[in-house]
Amino acid sequence: MRALVIDDSRTMRRIVAGALENLGFSTVQAGDGQQALDLLESGEEVDLACIDWNMPVMDGLTFVTKVRANPAWRGITLMMVTTESEHGQIVRALAAGAHEYLIKPFTTDAIRDKLDLLGLVPAEEPV
Amino acid sequence: MSLTQDTFAFVADVVRRRSAIQLEAGKEYLVESRLLPLAREGGHAGVDAYVREVRSGRRESDLADIVEALTTNETSWFRDNTPFSALRTHIVPGLRAERAVLDGLKVWSAACSTGQEPYSIAMTLTDVLGPGARFSITATDLSEQVLAQARSGRYSQLEVNRGLPAPMMVRWFQRNGHDWQIADELRRSITFAKHNLLDLPPAGPFDIVFLRNVLIYFDLETKRSILGRVHRALRPGGYLVLGAAETTIGVDGDWERVPVERGSVYRPVHAGAVPSPRPAPGTLTGATPAVPAAAPRVPVAGAPTSTWPVQPRPAATLPTAPRRPAGPAFEQGVTR
Repeated sequence: MRALVIDDSRTMRRIVAGALENLGFSTVQAGDGQQALDLLESGEEVDLACIDWNMPVMDGLTFVTKVRANPAWRGITLMMVTTESEHGQIVRALAAGAHEYLIKPFTTDAIRDKLDLLGLVPAEEPV
Repeated sequence: MSLTQDTFAFVADVVRRRSAIQLEAGKEYLVESRLLPLAREGGHAGVDAYVREVRSGRRESDLADIVEALTTNETSWFRDNTPFSALRTHIVPGLRAERAVLDGLKVWSAACSTGQEPYSIAMTLTDVLGPGARFSITATDLSEQVLAQARSGRYSQLEVNRGLPAPMMVRWFQRNGHDWQIADELRRSITFAKHNLLDLPPAGPFDIVFLRNVLIYFDLETKRSILGRVHRALRPGGYLVLGAAETTIGVDGDWERVPVERGSVYRPVHAGAVPSPRPAPGTLTGATPAVPAAAPRVPVAGAPTSTWPVQPRPAATLPTAPRRPAGPAFEQGVTR
């Protein structure tokens, strides 16, 4: 599976991408929402996008809204990964079409838990 | 640094006598990682020195601290997912099909740790039973410390990040400073109480018992006796939910295994009764037939990658439970 990691902090992109790669994803990165949209429009196919909220050029909420407006991208699972932690902000992101919401700081286990909820973690060997 | 055998033997003995949990050889790492914060707190260089002092002082509170540190459970919301989806898609529909009235459902969440399991059950039942339906959850643990947090319903940012679906978070939690506070409506449905699994079960009978990631710490004899008590605490036709790495098979024969999704749930079989009189529609959707209770089998080898449930009180002080390639030493031994 392939994931798009969108964050203006290179360090944060590396952390999120590293955690996803440990879970078996291949990753591609973008520094803001516009770069991420450009990637999708150029034909990049991803199963999951992890999206920071506050970024220059195009913020994460706008990116979510634009992805949801295009039926061709219906299959992409969208997870906000952000320091925005107010109740109302989470509601806004979900209303705009985000599937999940992970608040920074987080542990890598927390990413795995969220992906598990979204059905994006390969099942463990049956017991 | 590694523990002396003497220290390990002492700690294992205290924990076994007070909780019946067996710390077998190979768990030295666990003992060390759990007791190190206590040792540091007391100004000791390491766990050996700390335990030496505890042994010379023999203070009740020190011994209680040790037992608590070794038996506290880590937990996340909707941990492992399958049990909660089983509750939603199989257990409640199954009970509903077999009973004229499904009101006042009683659930026991045993070894509930800091409360994520009973609250996750409460969120699921509220959804699946619909508005106005009454249910009650008895949530128990050996540790007063975790029960205090569970009762408060207040969780840190890191704790709410662990496995709580965002829609549930916005529905059931409000910010409270840096923490998150769970809704009173859910808190009211749960009674928290201190309980040792070796004692008589809390007042039942229960329709559903969650006993997850606990049996793996006990020896066979103790597992059997706990399962026997749970059996008596369940209503006929009730359900037992175990951890992904656990089974009644090969331990206690009085259970019918019902395959559900990626796991199983268990129903008590009563002597002289026809097992599962009226299987609920939708309950036995798995292709695998239920294993006859009378034919104990050896648990499948190579099993559980499941996690070490004895966990961080403050999430920060202890190693996080490995969810995948299981930790080397402490996954072994206890399960067989």
